[in-house]
Amino acid sequence: MISLQDLKKISDYEWEIPVSFRQDMRVPVRIFATRSLIEAVMDDRSLEQAVNSATLPGLVGHVLVMPDMHQGYGFPIGGVAATRYPEGVISPGGIGYDINCGVRLLASQIEFEAAREHLAALATALDKNCPSGVGTKGHVRVNESELNQVCREGSRWAFKQGFASEADLRRTEEQGVLEGADPGAVSKRARERGREQIGTLGAGNHFLEVDRIDQIYDDKAAQAMGLVEGYLALQIHCGSRGFGHQICTDYVNEFQTAVRRYNIQLPDRELVCAPLDSPEGKNYLAAMRCAANYAFANRQVLAHYARQAFEEALSGKVRNWHLHQVYDIAHNMGKIETHLIGGERVKVCVHRKGATRAFGPGYEGLPEEYKTIGQPVLVPGSMGTASWVLVGTEGSMQRSFGSTCHGAGRVMSRSKAKKSIWGEDLRKELEAGGIQVRAGSLAGLAEEAPQAYKDVDDVVETVSEAGIAKKVARLVPVAVIKG
Amino acid sequence: MEATAGYREHEHTADWELEVWAPDLRGLFVQSAQGMMALSGARLEQAPQVRRIFELEAPDPESLLVAFLGELLFLAETEGLGFDGFEITLLENRLRAGVSGAPLAWRDKEIKAVTYHNLTIRETSRGLEARIVFDV
Repeated sequence: MISLQDLKKISDYEWEIPVSFRQDMRVPVRIFATRSLIEAVMDDRSLEQAVNSATLPGLVGHVLVMPDMHQGYGFPIGGVAATRYPEGVISPGGIGYDINCGVRLLASQIEFEAAREHLAALATALDKNCPSGVGTKGHVRVNESELNQVCREGSRWAFKQGFASEADLRRTEEQGVLEGADPGAVSKRARERGREQIGTLGAGNHFLEVDRIDQIYDDKAAQAMGLVEGYLALQIHCGSRGFGHQICTDYVNEFQTAVRRYNIQLPDRELVCAPLDSPEGKNYLAAMRCAANYAFANRQVLAHYARQAFEEALSGKVRNWHLHQVYDIAHNMGKIETHLIGGERVKVCVHRKGATRAFGPGYEGLPEEYKTIGQPVLVPGSMGTASWVLVGTEGSMQRSFGSTCHGAGRVMSRSKAKKSIWGEDLRKELEAGGIQVRAGSLAGLAEEAPQAYKDVDDVVETVSEAGIAKKVARLVPVAVIKG
Repeated sequence: MEATAGYREHEHTADWELEVWAPDLRGLFVQSAQGMMALSGARLEQAPQVRRIFELEAPDPESLLVAFLGELLFLAETEGLGFDGFEITLLENRLRAGVSGAPLAWRDKEIKAVTYHNLTIRETSRGLEARIVFDV
């Protein structure tokens, strides 16, 4: 059990668990959080899981934990770990089952006041056009050969099918496609699960949310992104669906024997891993990239149908109903990147599990219009509370492998949320607050209640003060669609 | 008095954690499957019974348990089936299951995967027990 006394305070926003804390740690754990945010997770296993993650072979720097941390399985949610490429390891559990779960933000020139009376129709149209919930199938079905194309091409496949514009692709992390994806590394079972789920939201904490841009904090960055105070925006939060879940499941199973083969000792079987240059490691990386590309395509298809919903509900009623893409980011991903570590440029595999890439100004891979402001970072809050648009900074490049937080972070268990909150009451409460709600499952709605999460404003304040992201805009919800 | 076999949900911040116990390994597998179905809020259609038979092999009992529950999730997602009858035969690291049920009428929640997180099948005074964390 870890206590506050085990943590060394670096600043009001940064703490460290030294490598001497446990014999099997290979690197220290660095936590970006205020004292109260750390106290909020002392009853769960977040920090213990971070210490466990610090035992992976080939780690460099620190294992990092973001202020929205909470207990997961294997890695904590909000964890970032970089392993030296190619001799370090890759751990599927350090990326998660929902590979490339992420967020897309689309902005508009629709004034909230002009759209207010049409929001109910808009929420209904979004709910109808964008399939959500358990076991739903999408508008798009692909055959074996088309699924291979999705694996290799990601958002570019969606572009070829007429679901995307060039601007959408340009404003997506990695332009919506990871190189090195190999459909041959994906099991038949994953393919079976993936064929009918493109363009579906899923359930759990995934959602569509129409927001009003509440406040701008950085005029230059907001202007580059086309964010205007009082206008509407749309967030899409989902991932690679059953396709990614199955790929992770397959490789976590396979790596149970790989760790024995490579004589890797771990404190938790969910942390299983394989060297990046081993056949197992290479195969997982190739399969993970297929799932990442599938997720980029999935959010792109959902964006297409969301745009149709905006047209259906708002065409002829507001001056301009069009949505332009601000950015699309992953927050469950493994990426090969080069970072400055101890004054040396080192190629690493950055595992981000519930953490967002946050590259600072001038870094490779950013679209031209964002080169001077840094990469947009999208931080959805809990349902009914604010969400944030941030940008990456030089500080995030120097101190967190170009990473920052990904959301509010849970504090209440799902079972407790279900027992203490009635879904129907919550729906009424949100609607009384001016938020349209379309939810497939009231039990699911209760589990995602705002009370179950930390205050996202505190989380964002922490990464901002710690210097690993910068505030651009705050959004508040006006319609939520959940499975 | 506590039943000789059963399951119980435990607090987990982000996911679902299920404690299962039974006098023997076969019973533990059945309780785990029933617990997983209950957690997801699965309700079956009033329809003619559907039966599936499958065999699995894994290097240890924990891996076999993960594989067994994973198979049920796979059948739920690809065929839309839920199960309430479980006939299980275990022989060393192999399992043969005959599962019966019906099309799913409803599920509250989607289970993404069965994890290995802290998964150990332990012998205790009430037989065997384990805690299983599901990613949801």
